[in-house]
Amino acid sequence: MSRYPILPALALAACEPSPSYLRPSGYVGDRQAALGWVLLLIAAFVIVVVSALVIAAVYHRRPAASGSMRATGGLRWIVVGGVAIPAAILLATMVYSMVVLAQTARASTAPALTVQVTGHRWWWEVRYPGTESSEVVTGANEIHIPVGVPVKLELSTGDVIHSFWIPQLAGKTDLIPGQRNLAWIEADRPGSYRGQCAEYCGLQHAHMMITVVAQPRGEFTRWLAAQRQPATAPTDGEALVGRDLFVRSACSLCHTVRGTEAGGILGPDLTHVGSRRMIAAGTLSNTPGNLTGWIENPQASKPGVIMPAIPFQPNQLHAVVTYLRALE
Amino acid sequence: MATVAPPLPTAAQDQRLRRIWETKPGLFGFFGTVDHKKIGKRYLVTSLVFLLLGGAEAAVMRLQLAHSNQHLVTPEQYNQLFTMHGVTMIFWYAAPVLSGFSNFLWPLLIGSRDMAFPRLNAYSYWTFLLSGLFLYSSVLVGQSPDGGWFAYVPLTGSAFSPGLNLDFYALALLFLTISATVGAINFIVTLFKLRAPGMSINRIPIFMWGTLTNSFSILFALPALSVACVMLYLDRRFGTHFFDAAAGGHPLLWQHLFWIFGHPWVYIVVLPAMGIVSDALPTFCRRPLVGYTAVALATVTTGILGFGVWVHHMFATGLPPLALSFFSAASFAITIPSAIAVFAWIATIWTGRPVIRTSFLFMAGFIVLFVIGGVSGVATAAASFDQQLTDTYFVVAHLHYVLIGINLFGVAAGVYYWFPKMTGRMLDERLGRWNFWTMFLGFNLGFFPMHISGLLGMPRRVYTYPAGLGWDTVNLITTVGAFLFAVGVLLLIANLVRSRLTGAAAGPNPWDGPTLEWAISSPPPPYNFAVIPTVGSRHPLWEDRLKEGARTVLAEGPTLDQEKTTLETSPLDAVLTDVLRMPEDSLYPVLHAVGLTAVFYGLLIRSTALSLVGGILVLALTIGWLWPARRELEAES
Repeated sequence: MSRYPILPALALAACEPSPSYLRPSGYVGDRQAALGWVLLLIAAFVIVVVSALVIAAVYHRRPAASGSMRATGGLRWIVVGGVAIPAAILLATMVYSMVVLAQTARASTAPALTVQVTGHRWWWEVRYPGTESSEVVTGANEIHIPVGVPVKLELSTGDVIHSFWIPQLAGKTDLIPGQRNLAWIEADRPGSYRGQCAEYCGLQHAHMMITVVAQPRGEFTRWLAAQRQPATAPTDGEALVGRDLFVRSACSLCHTVRGTEAGGILGPDLTHVGSRRMIAAGTLSNTPGNLTGWIENPQASKPGVIMPAIPFQPNQLHAVVTYLRALE
Repeated sequence: MATVAPPLPTAAQDQRLRRIWETKPGLFGFFGTVDHKKIGKRYLVTSLVFLLLGGAEAAVMRLQLAHSNQHLVTPEQYNQLFTMHGVTMIFWYAAPVLSGFSNFLWPLLIGSRDMAFPRLNAYSYWTFLLSGLFLYSSVLVGQSPDGGWFAYVPLTGSAFSPGLNLDFYALALLFLTISATVGAINFIVTLFKLRAPGMSINRIPIFMWGTLTNSFSILFALPALSVACVMLYLDRRFGTHFFDAAAGGHPLLWQHLFWIFGHPWVYIVVLPAMGIVSDALPTFCRRPLVGYTAVALATVTTGILGFGVWVHHMFATGLPPLALSFFSAASFAITIPSAIAVFAWIATIWTGRPVIRTSFLFMAGFIVLFVIGGVSGVATAAASFDQQLTDTYFVVAHLHYVLIGINLFGVAAGVYYWFPKMTGRMLDERLGRWNFWTMFLGFNLGFFPMHISGLLGMPRRVYTYPAGLGWDTVNLITTVGAFLFAVGVLLLIANLVRSRLTGAAAGPNPWDGPTLEWAISSPPPPYNFAVIPTVGSRHPLWEDRLKEGARTVLAEGPTLDQEKTTLETSPLDAVLTDVLRMPEDSLYPVLHAVGLTAVFYGLLIRSTALSLVGGILVLALTIGWLWPARRELEAES
């Protein structure tokens, strides 16, 4: 995966796919990783040299002791080792890091797309703006982007400070109340990239994941068009029962399903929840079993989550899950 | 090797001085003592207890993180644990333990009978202890701080943290800043006014340069923390809007204030420890430190530059790249003074004749850990790469290499070096070797892999993590290493306890050390020096071997055995200027601290009555404390 040498311990973990920023994909991630490797290799070199010097300083051969004590000497060590060499290395790496900072601060070309991301405890609201309300898409915890073009992100928060971070695509940008931060990402290869909130935000900071799905242009366009559609009315009898339960129960106070009367805005928009890979901000994969368990008792897998348990009968719960699964 | 025999006081002299300086036995003496040596030892013991508390909290966290998806603790408990761990280690262990060394040692290093303000010294200890107890009383009600040691708003505001948790945080820190501030003032005045005649400013040990720099940093950095804590409390308690974006405040104000304080604090907790190494290492290398002046200036430079790097904690907050680049450059630059110190130590070992004792091992280990923590710090100084590193386990690794490597290893070296002076007994060398190697190997096994988990994308402050991301193995290794390290720390405690009871007698100068504290008996008598020395060089006890022609006079000089007095000298050249009357033991410091505790509990539980009672008590005690004694009034007239 990487064009750089792999540290032994990294190799040890390489059998599993880790969201390491040392295996980047995309303009920002590539440049940050290259800088990172340079810094880490210099660091390793300095550690080895200085440790060797300490050991040599203790054990090197010395002339026989004389009666008096050495009072002076040794200053050359400080001039060469303490000032000259570090100053040269630091100056060079500093200039390089400034160059990378300048390169990554702006998009390489004009961004093809803007996505608005809002942090909430503990999930991500993802909004694709449009000139007409029918063009606006609101989803959660999953950002789809076309591959190979820069995408501009407008970051804000609904409550506390969060930090947006997709390690393989770009470093962190905080979501801070009272200001709108900008960031941008670009993926070279199609695929899904794991991200996670990086600023401590309370009880479920550990379970606030986000996935970026990079798709070829045509596939992305089709996805966006599908997401713009309101929910299709279910045809299946049980799903119809589920829809009515959903709309009439507490679910609709917090969740929106476009095309129905459910218009709550406190929780994720569920219009196309069936198309998502994960639920509960990356905590659980989107399977009927997980969805059932989640609705039954959200506190079990995400203690402290704001979503309450809804007291459905087993057959009612089954109907609601059937309905949600059909919202593709 | 010939050692200069310390001049022993005659029995009559000893008796006279003891009558003046010895703390009375009993409860009054226990609570009222102003003896800097007792206060220093109390500081050391208390901060080591806090170290163990913080360590226990870390141990629970490491068990929780040993494997993915564990449920040993709830998220709520985990958040309290990591917050209390950070707050305890940074505020109630790392800085106070160095104050302990300074309090015990300073008057001995400079040939004085006590600190400049002995009662203030006692007061800084009592406020340190009581603020720590105040903080830990939060455990009893199950509402310990849970917003991280950095307590970012708005998460820590009343809307998202309605409990007492963050009130404990804001008030305990405010309480502690009183202790640190009076301590810093005391050190600065002591250094500039109480040195023995002849001990010009270029003859003080590097340890004192470290603490002097640290004290000035405290005076300039802590107000930012105090102000931030007051604002947080006002926002929470009275609904002000300092940090409320919706009402025109701004959450970044907290971050700026916190890190304007926070980054200098890093140097506050390492500079004196670096000083310990700069002073103890030459003793074991049988030669003076290479580059005294360079190291002293590097120490001061670090303290000053430390005020210009705070934004490197905020590289991801969306500040413009131009602003980031200034702070990035300053963060690169601050490496140079540290490199000067490192190469001064290596040169001292190289050109000296090292005698390998446990203390020396800790210092050699310290240098290696310092370098690892330093170069990983350079990686975080590069703003654009730091946007990847920040808030990952890489930073956790970095900061523990700095705080454990430079603080705790320096402290351990200092403990092995000065324990004989403090207690009159040697620490066990054999147990010491076990102690060092367990700590050193355990530390690296535990904390080095954190760099890797950080590079693998693992964020900080998560109570659990999913399987399948490649994080399990490194976390398991980290946990094993952390427990090995904990065993090492317990071996240190075991050695302290055992050697305190059964250690070999130390004699005045077991290491053949060069500085003044080794000229008096171990443990020192209550009055320190029977004769105030006249200092002729940086290494009073090595003068015959260094053949520099300097002559320190230890046996003759002022004895000051009629009243409780010590000498005052000029700030730079240490020319005798006056004889200072020193205060007697007093209950005012402890009672004043108790009064303050009442005020803080009143603020905590929102009881105006309790705050008022405490406030009146504090006011009355302040008046009593400052009321001139009859003697002083007579002197005036």
